[in-house]
Amino acid sequence: MTRGVIFDIRRYSIHDGPGIRTTVFMKGCPLSCWWCHNPESQSAFTEIIYRPERCIGCGACAKTCPEGAVTLTQRGYISDPDKCTGCGDCAGVCPSEAREMLGRDITIGELAREIQKDVLFFEESGGGVTFSGGEPLAQPEFLAAALEAARELEIHTAVDTCGFAPRHVLETIAPLTRLFLFDLKIMDPVLHRKYTGVSNEIILENLKWLTGNKYETVVRIPVIPGINDTEENIEAVGRFLSGLSMRPDVDLLAYHASATEKYRRFEMSYLLQDVVPPHKDHMRDISDRLEMFGLNVSTGG
Amino acid sequence: MNDRVERLRSESFEAPVALDHERAEIITEYYRDNFGKFSVPVNRAMAFMELCEKKSIFIGRDELVVGERGPFPKSVSTYPELNCHSVEDLEILDSREKNPYKVSKKCMDVYAEKVIPYWRGRTMRDKIFADIGDEWKETYASGFFTEFMEQRAPGHTTLDGKFYTKGMEGFKSDIDESIAALDFKADPEATKKREQLKAMKISCDAVILFAERHAELASKMALEEKDPARKKELERIASICRYVPRHAPRDFWEALQMYWFMHLGTITELNGWDAMNPGHLDRYFHPFYESDLKSGAITRDWAKELLSAFWIKFNNHPAPPKVGVTAAESGTYNDFTNINLGGLLSDGSDGVNDVSYMMLEIIDEIHLLQPQANIQLSRKNSDRFLKAAARVIRKGYGYPSVFNADTVIEEMIRAGKSVEDAREGGTSGCVETGAFGKEAYILTGYLNTPKIFELALNNGVDPVSGKKIGAETGDPAGFKTFDDLYAAFEKQLHHIVDIKVRGNQFIERMYADNAPAVFLSVLTDDCIKRGKDYNDGGPRYNTNYIQCVGIGTMTDSLSALKKHVFEENAFTMGEAAKAVRENFEGKEAMRLTFANKTSRWGNDDDYADSLMKKVFNSLYDEIDGRPNTKGGCYHIDMLPTTCHVYFGSITGATPDGRLAGAPLSEGISPVQGADRNGPTAVIKSCGKMDHIRTGGTLLNMKFMPKVLEGEEGIDKLAKLVRTYFRYDAHHIQFNVVDLETLREAQAHPENHRDLIVRVAGYSDYFCDIGPDLQEEIISRTAQEEV
Repeated sequence: MTRGVIFDIRRYSIHDGPGIRTTVFMKGCPLSCWWCHNPESQSAFTEIIYRPERCIGCGACAKTCPEGAVTLTQRGYISDPDKCTGCGDCAGVCPSEAREMLGRDITIGELAREIQKDVLFFEESGGGVTFSGGEPLAQPEFLAAALEAARELEIHTAVDTCGFAPRHVLETIAPLTRLFLFDLKIMDPVLHRKYTGVSNEIILENLKWLTGNKYETVVRIPVIPGINDTEENIEAVGRFLSGLSMRPDVDLLAYHASATEKYRRFEMSYLLQDVVPPHKDHMRDISDRLEMFGLNVSTGG
Repeated sequence: MNDRVERLRSESFEAPVALDHERAEIITEYYRDNFGKFSVPVNRAMAFMELCEKKSIFIGRDELVVGERGPFPKSVSTYPELNCHSVEDLEILDSREKNPYKVSKKCMDVYAEKVIPYWRGRTMRDKIFADIGDEWKETYASGFFTEFMEQRAPGHTTLDGKFYTKGMEGFKSDIDESIAALDFKADPEATKKREQLKAMKISCDAVILFAERHAELASKMALEEKDPARKKELERIASICRYVPRHAPRDFWEALQMYWFMHLGTITELNGWDAMNPGHLDRYFHPFYESDLKSGAITRDWAKELLSAFWIKFNNHPAPPKVGVTAAESGTYNDFTNINLGGLLSDGSDGVNDVSYMMLEIIDEIHLLQPQANIQLSRKNSDRFLKAAARVIRKGYGYPSVFNADTVIEEMIRAGKSVEDAREGGTSGCVETGAFGKEAYILTGYLNTPKIFELALNNGVDPVSGKKIGAETGDPAGFKTFDDLYAAFEKQLHHIVDIKVRGNQFIERMYADNAPAVFLSVLTDDCIKRGKDYNDGGPRYNTNYIQCVGIGTMTDSLSALKKHVFEENAFTMGEAAKAVRENFEGKEAMRLTFANKTSRWGNDDDYADSLMKKVFNSLYDEIDGRPNTKGGCYHIDMLPTTCHVYFGSITGATPDGRLAGAPLSEGISPVQGADRNGPTAVIKSCGKMDHIRTGGTLLNMKFMPKVLEGEEGIDKLAKLVRTYFRYDAHHIQFNVVDLETLREAQAHPENHRDLIVRVAGYSDYFCDIGPDLQEEIISRTAQEEV
C-alpha cells in the first residue's frame, strides 16, 4: 500500500484553486525559502513539538515514552533528540495538547476517505482537492496514487508546486491532475539560490514544459518586499511568462508577516523579521506592470 | 435612504425605551367595573374595544404608515391581566444597566394605587402558580425547563395573506354565517361557540374604530398643516385609515397600513410571544406593487420610501419587559418579529419577486434591531437571490438568516399539513416552523438536556439544589456498560418531560378558559368556522413545541464517558461521576483528557456524530407525538435563544470537560471550541441530524469579513449554504465578526476556537495564530471599519 507523510489536511480551503477545496499538505520540501509560511513542512519526517505554556505537568509523556527520552527540566518536559524516535506516544497521551505530532503517515485509503468527506461541497462549488506542502512532487509515487484515487472519485485536482522536481516526475504527474498552481519566485538564478536554497533553472524549464504541453497552469507569485518586488524581477517575470507558448494566468500573493510566531514556536530563526507587507498600491503597480505583458493577473492573498 | 427615511430611522433609534401605564390603567378600570357582566370571550373583546376607543393616538411628523401600541414610539404597554409587575419590578426595570425601561413617577403611582391592588391574585401568572403543584415548581426553579406562558400569552404565530383580499366587514359576515349555522340541538358547545363568535365580531369593530380614530387625527392635523406636501400626505393617510381595515386594501400604501393595523390589533389584545410575525410580506405586497407601478400610481422610489417607513414601525415596539427567570433567559428589547422573504408559492413555483429584492435593500440600509428578516431558500430560488442576501449578511448584522424552504415544507408535511398550507407557511420567531395564518404553534419552554443527564450521574438528585428531582436510577458507580448509563439518562428524560408536559396541559387549559385571543382568532383559519378560540383548538393546526438545549454538550459528555470509561477503562464510572460532581477539583488531567482526547461533535466524525443521533432520537421519541389538549401534538425544536447561558449557569460540570456554571452548547452548534476541522465539517456533522423530524434547528457560524470579501467570497458562502441544504438542514445564520469579538477572543480563546479569520493567502483559526498576528489582523479590521 502506498503511504505518504502529510502534516495537515485542511477542509474549506478557499484560496487554493477554484471552489471550495480540501488541501492536503505534504511534508518535506527541497527548498527552504526565507519567507516560508509553513516551516514545519520543510522536514520530510514527522516531528514532535512541545508548548510549555499548555503543559499541566502531569508527567504522562515521561511515563509513556518507550525510550525514556522525556525528562522534567526547568523548561518543562523536554525530549532528548538523540533518544526520541518520533513515535508520537507522548503526544497521544498528553491531555493538554502541550505535545503534538507534526506530520503523520497516511495510506492512500485513509487519504481517499478524507478527501471524499466534502464531495458535496466540491460538487456545489466546482471545487476539489489541492495537494500542497511542503512539496507534493517530492513524494511522487504517493502523489500519483492520490491523484488517481481522486480521479476515481471524480474529484477535481490541483497540484501546488514550487516546480523543483525531476522532469520524469513531472511527466508522470502532469497527465494525472487537472490544474497546476505553480510558484514563481525570482528570475535571477543567483538570487534564487540565495533566498530559496536552490537555483531556478529546473523550475523555469519545468514551467516551459508544462505550458508547452498545454497543461492548465496558474502561476502564483509571492510578493516579498525587498526580495522579488524589484522592477528588474517583475520585468523579467513578465518577459518570461509572455514568452511562453501558452500564457498562464498569474495570481499575486502579498507577503504577510504571519509566520513569525510559528518560527518562534518551532524555535527556528526567521530571516524576514523586519519585512513589512507590501502596500496595496504597490501590489496594484506590480499587477499593472505584468498586465502590460498581456498577462491575466489577479491579486489574492 | 432619503431624508425622510433617515429621519424616521434615527428618531426610532434614538427614542428612549419607556414603560407606559396607559394600557394597564384602561384594562384595570374596565375589569374593575365590568368583570362578570359577560362571558369570558366577550369580556376580553369588550376590554379590547375599550382599549381601541380610549388609548391615545399618535401620528409622527414624517410618518406614512401610522399607529402605535403605546402613546408614543418605544413606549411599551404592559399586560397586568397576564403578569402584573410589582413596584420592585418597576424599580429594577427603571434602574438596571442592561435593557432598562424608564418608569415615570406617574406610571409608578398608577401601578401602586390602581393596577397592583386590583390584579394581585387575579393575574394568569398568579392563577398558574397557585395550582400547578410543587413538583413542577421545584423542577422549574432548579432549571430543568422553562415555561413560556407564565408571563406572556401563547403566541409565536404568523399571519398570512388573507386580509389583503378581505376586510373586517368580510370577516364579520363570515362570523355571522358561522353563528347562523350553529346547531343548538345537536352541539352541546353551541352556546360557548356563540359567545366566542360574538366576541370575535366585537373585536373586528374595535380595530375599525381604532383606525377611524387615526383618520380623525390625520384629518385634524391636515387642517392645521402649513406645508402643502405634508398636508396632502395627511389627507391621504386619513382616507386610507377610513378605508382599511374595514375593507380590503386597494393599493400598495393601503396594504402596508392594513398589515400595520392587524399587527397593532394582535399585540394590543394580548402579549403573545414573538410579538406578531407578518409572514411572506414580499408575496403579499407584490400584487399591489405591480398594479400601482403599471397604473403609474407609484414609482419604485416612492414604493421603497413607503416600505421603509413601514419597516421602521416595527422598531418602535421593544418587547414588553419580563421578570425573573424569563427575563434572564431572554432579556432583550427584541421581540422576535421575523419577516420571510422568498420561498415557494402555494402552487410550488418560485416565490421571489421584485419586492423581495427591495426588502433586502431596505434591510441593508435600515438595519435596526427590529424587524429581523430571513430568506426562505428553495432549490427553485435562484443563486442571484441567495447572493443578494449574502451581500447583506456580509455586513455583519447577523441577518437575514437563511432557511431551507424545501425542508421547512417537508417538516410541515410530515407533521400532517397539506402541501399548499405548508408552502404558504415558513418560519417565525427564531427558527420555528408553522403554517402561517392557520396554526397555533406554541413554544412551551426550553429543556435542559445536560442537566437531565446530571440527574443520571446523581441517582435522581440535582447536585446544585440538593433536591431529589429525578427518578432513582442507581449509583452511577454501578453502571457496568455504556448502555446502563444511557438507560439511566433516558429514564430521567422521561421523568422530566412528564412533569413538563403535565404542567403544559394545565397552563394550556388556563389560557383556553381565561384568556382567549379573540382578535387573533379572527385572523387564524379555521377559528371562525369552528367557533373556537386561537387558544382553544380553533386553528386548523395546533402544535406544541419543546425546545431542546445543549445537544453538543450532551453528545460530547457521552462520547467522553463512552471512550475513557467504558472502552479504555482509563477511569471508573464512579471516579468520573465524582470528579464531575466536584467540578473536576484536583482532576485537571481527567478534565483535559475528556475535553481533548475525545471524539467531539462538529468534526464530521461518526464516533461522536452517532451519539448525537442517539440523543436526538431519544428526545424525539420522548416528546414527538405526545398529545396536547387542543387536538394537536408535540414536536421538538433544537434552539436555545440565549437560554444555553441561563441553563449553563445552574448546571454543574459536565463530562465533556465543561466547568460548572459555564454556558451549554448553543443551538445545534458544536460545543464552543470543540470543532476543529472547519465549517464544512461542522456542516456535515449538523447535517447528520434529521432536521425533517423537528420544527426547527438553529446553527450559528462565525466568519471574519475578510473571508467573505469580493464576489468570490459571496459565491463561496452561497455554495456553503447550498451544500448544507443538500443535507436537508433547516437553518443557518452567520456572524461576520467585528473588532469587539476579536478582542474577546483574545481574552477568552477557549470560547472562540471556531472563529475563522483570513490571514494572508489562506484562512486560519484566529485562536491558533500568534498574538502578534492577532494584533495585526485586528488593526487591519479596524482600518476596514473606518
